Amino acid sequence: MATYQLNVNGQRRQVNVDPSTPLLWVLREELKMTGTKYGCGISACGACTVHVAGIAARSCVLPVSLIGDRSIVTIEAIGQDPVGQAVQEAWVEKDVVQCGYCQSGQIMTAVALLKATPKPTDNNIEESMGGNLCRCATYVRIREAIKSASQQLK
Amino acid sequence: MLVNYRLLRILLIVLLTSVAWIALTSTTAIGIRESRSCTDQKTADGLAAWQQIYSVLTSPRCINCHTATSYPQQGDDRHRHFANVVRGPTGKGVPGLNCASCHQEQNADSAGAPGGHNWHLAPLSMRWQDVNDQPLSSALVCRALIDRAKNNNLDAAALLKHNESEPLVMWAWNPGRRPDGSIRTLPPLSHAQFVAATRTWVKAGTPCP
Repeated sequence: MATYQLNVNGQRRQVNVDPSTPLLWVLREELKMTGTKYGCGISACGACTVHVAGIAARSCVLPVSLIGDRSIVTIEAIGQDPVGQAVQEAWVEKDVVQCGYCQSGQIMTAVALLKATPKPTDNNIEESMGGNLCRCATYVRIREAIKSASQQLK
Repeated sequence: MLVNYRLLRILLIVLLTSVAWIALTSTTAIGIRESRSCTDQKTADGLAAWQQIYSVLTSPRCINCHTATSYPQQGDDRHRHFANVVRGPTGKGVPGLNCASCHQEQNADSAGAPGGHNWHLAPLSMRWQDVNDQPLSSALVCRALIDRAKNNNLDAAALLKHNESEPLVMWAWNPGRRPDGSIRTLPPLSHAQFVAATRTWVKAGTPCP
């Protein structure tokens, strides 16, 4: 076990865990932030996506020992960001969610896309969102919502 | 009597000059032959060393990120990287699905995710396979490697340094564990052997087949 000081959503959080513990389980089990979801555990589905130093990261394969002082942003705080807020509003407007399980990861990836590419093409959306799986197949509505959020961010 | 003496002297000078000339040209020819033989041997050693280098470059730990396509490969069978990962404009993926989304500064063995500094795909100019994922010939890879218009302007000394100390090159000999806990396959040579082969190849003037 080791003690880590993490910067999560702008707050300093201390955890005492095994160094190999994935960030996903630190968030969910230690910090009780259950908005970030466990999907596959091998970074293949995107349900666990959070932002680490501004980059969308698969928290299920990110050992806590490798985070260092990089800031972490989760679905719980993404609405405080202008782009995050626009995406969440677009998600509601387009009624994207069906079962909802993958959606926190979808939103975190969409925000990362729009921050880097404010006016994404269909190809940009397909490439950036292509690693986020949705068993309810809400892909068409996800694309519409991203475009809608992009319009709102003019 | 005087005429005969003069004639004898001229003949002697001609004889000595001829002998000197023959001796000089013979020595030069031997020198050139020896020099040519030495150069030929050096080139042969360089070409042999290149084949060793090529065996490493085309091993999965190296060639999986030297693709000619829009995606990286993974595994010893060099299959397409999972999760629809794509190359992106700078070889580092795309926003939301960057290489760094999963690949950290070092291997994450507990998760089976490999990592190293500045994880990225090699540029298309340094592709070592064709678009059907077949390795390019030894000659083509060699020529690409020494082409400074393709290799990020590296001269021979810089190529040696690259193979000696570039973090992603070094990673090939510390590739970490797969998700099932087994250790990834290493290249066919040790890193020391790889560097030694590169040094021999560079000293030989980076000859290509």
